[in-house]
Amino acid sequence: MIPLIQLQMGQSGMVRALHGGRRFVARLAALGFTPGAPVTIVRNNRFGPLIVTVRDTQIALGRGEAGRILVLLMEGQNGVTAG
Amino acid sequence: MASPLVNSSPPEQTAAKTTVIALAGQPNVGKSTIFNMLTGLNQHVGNWPGKTVAQKTGTCTHDGQKFTLVDLPGTYSLTANSEEERIARDYIIHGRPDIVVAVVDAAILERSLYLVAELLLLPSPVVLALNMMDVAEQEGIKIEPQVLEAALGIPVVPLCAARGTGIQELIATVESLSAGEISCQPQRPTILPGHQAILEKIRALIEDSVPVPYQPAWVALKLLEGDDEMCTLMQDALPEAIWKQVHDLLYQHEDAILDIAGARYQWIGRMIRAAVVRPKVGQLGMTARLDSVLTHPVWGTVALLAVLGAVFWLTYTLGTPLQEWLGDLVALLAESTRGALAGMPTWFANLCADGIIGGAGMVVTFLPILIIFFAVLAILEDTGYMARIAYLTDRVMHTMGLHGKSFIPLLLGFGCNVPSILGTRIIETQRARLLTVLLAPLVPCTARMAVIIVLTPLFFGDMAGLVAWGLVAAALAILALLGILLHRVILKGEQVAFIMELPLYHLPNLRSIGLYVWHNTLAFLQKAGTIILGVSAIIWLLSYFPTGVVTESYLTLFGHWLEPVGRWMGLPWQMMTALLTSFIAKENTIATLSILYGDLETALPAALTPSAALAFLVVQLLFIPCVATVATIKQEVGNRWTLVSLLLLLGLSLGAGVLVYQVGTLLGA
Repeated sequence: MIPLIQLQMGQSGMVRALHGGRRFVARLAALGFTPGAPVTIVRNNRFGPLIVTVRDTQIALGRGEAGRILVLLMEGQNGVTAG
Repeated sequence: MASPLVNSSPPEQTAAKTTVIALAGQPNVGKSTIFNMLTGLNQHVGNWPGKTVAQKTGTCTHDGQKFTLVDLPGTYSLTANSEEERIARDYIIHGRPDIVVAVVDAAILERSLYLVAELLLLPSPVVLALNMMDVAEQEGIKIEPQVLEAALGIPVVPLCAARGTGIQELIATVESLSAGEISCQPQRPTILPGHQAILEKIRALIEDSVPVPYQPAWVALKLLEGDDEMCTLMQDALPEAIWKQVHDLLYQHEDAILDIAGARYQWIGRMIRAAVVRPKVGQLGMTARLDSVLTHPVWGTVALLAVLGAVFWLTYTLGTPLQEWLGDLVALLAESTRGALAGMPTWFANLCADGIIGGAGMVVTFLPILIIFFAVLAILEDTGYMARIAYLTDRVMHTMGLHGKSFIPLLLGFGCNVPSILGTRIIETQRARLLTVLLAPLVPCTARMAVIIVLTPLFFGDMAGLVAWGLVAAALAILALLGILLHRVILKGEQVAFIMELPLYHLPNLRSIGLYVWHNTLAFLQKAGTIILGVSAIIWLLSYFPTGVVTESYLTLFGHWLEPVGRWMGLPWQMMTALLTSFIAKENTIATLSILYGDLETALPAALTPSAALAFLVVQLLFIPCVATVATIKQEVGNRWTLVSLLLLLGLSLGAGVLVYQVGTLLGA
């Protein structure tokens, strides 16, 4: 399990756990970040928020928030970086 | 608003009673467009009782039957995590609307059905409005409404609200449902088997104590989700010993929310499986193609600058000439009024011409820029581009404890602070919004810049350009520093979590934008307009009485009183009086100085040392904003925060002025 923030652009992970206060977890869960949901990184630059796709929705996430979502890297995607 | 209470009239009268429809939906699903399409100008914008969240209600008629529509705040779920969520569910539970229309976005059906999964647990019957069928098609997604209807057991109506199709069918369906011609027998989402036992246990414990009109099963579920409001409610309602048992159970299942949400998504997956055909993997929709440029770190920034450039170009080529033209028109009107009142006492004619018409004129001259600004704001929001701006600027704004959404209001403050304050409405969290309102007056508006541009050359000759740029840079640096300070020290709430949906792009709906501009402009005229008019008449009276000569007026007297303060900054009473009159409108600074000094070009440089001149320019740039801005601040955040804002700016501007003068004098300038 690794934090979402460590995934590169184009990589996907499967949500395993959310760390944070109850409100934070409830908010993310409503947006579709529930265990088992696949998440794909659309943008992850070195600074600023990430953009990820979960359940067909694009969500911008602060770097702190993205660090508290733990995912399982999905197979066959190691080191893939898209332009 | 029509009474939301359950109508107790006998059945034969139900045809005459109005049916109350609540519009529910997640943000960005086009709920407002549907509301606007149905109600048009028959709507009322106010606040929810005792809340700062806007409440929109309206009426419409279909086949002679009258409907009252209540637009609920857009929320992702119905757990009491935010004020909006609490309002939405309280209205459905306590207000008992006859029908809830749940608006979902066909292009992101799975996510937007999450709210529906919650709505189906509440007592009101639900009609599903499947909006943005056009956007779904554009993204390559095909949906069969009848299949979805069969799965969910509730009426489903496909629409493209932005193009106006499906609206009549929607209201017809609502009518049939309320007349009992069609039925609503929803499939309700269930909880995971693992949690069924614990849910039952909680329900059994609370069953006898749940207050009306709540349902025990629903309350038990919300308790398990960790809902604060329900916890407080049941803590008060239950005997202490039983609450302790409930509390212990909840404590052992603290993470239940994830499983409950997961179960809802599993249920949604079953509901849509047969109804949705998804695009082939790797096929890019329109949004993905646009975003490959618009959220790109380099090209996205270039595009943002181009869009902002276009906005400013529009404001200046369209707004400024219109504003000047209206100003001339008002001046003409003032003169003819003065002429018409020639028989009356001079002071009365002058009050009407200068104080009242002048004040009203100022309100009117704000309109072109305000209207352009509201239209731009509505278009950026409606197309989905606003969220991209917030994403691109979030990093910069974050250092000041602000959300990326604060960027646009602050930036457009360079045009005028009034729309900048009004624009903070797009910021979701109250704290970030307040911080933005407090910082907004520090953005130098065109009127302040005009004063700087006129006065700087008089004092600094060839160096004027450099000094003017330096002043603006200093104002912005102070804004950033104050932001960091307020965020860290005074308003130290939780760090603003940045979780924001980037909606799919779609074409804006003209009617929606028109209504947005109309309602916001009207609200400005009604609320801020009256205050501006009153204050400008009072200041005019002070500058006129007792003798009719400005230099002998009460206002000048106040200026003399302020002389001791002025002395710390090397400023004579004339300069202090000019600052006072700048409260009506920043441009007044120049007019007042001309009256008090005569020829500015020779008199001003002689009256002030360079340090005092710089101090004056700094003070005037940071001083209390004009009355229009102050009135708008009051309208948006209330008396207490307006006072905080005024004191903050007063302290900041005078403090900076004293500092500049004293340091400058020490350095021998």
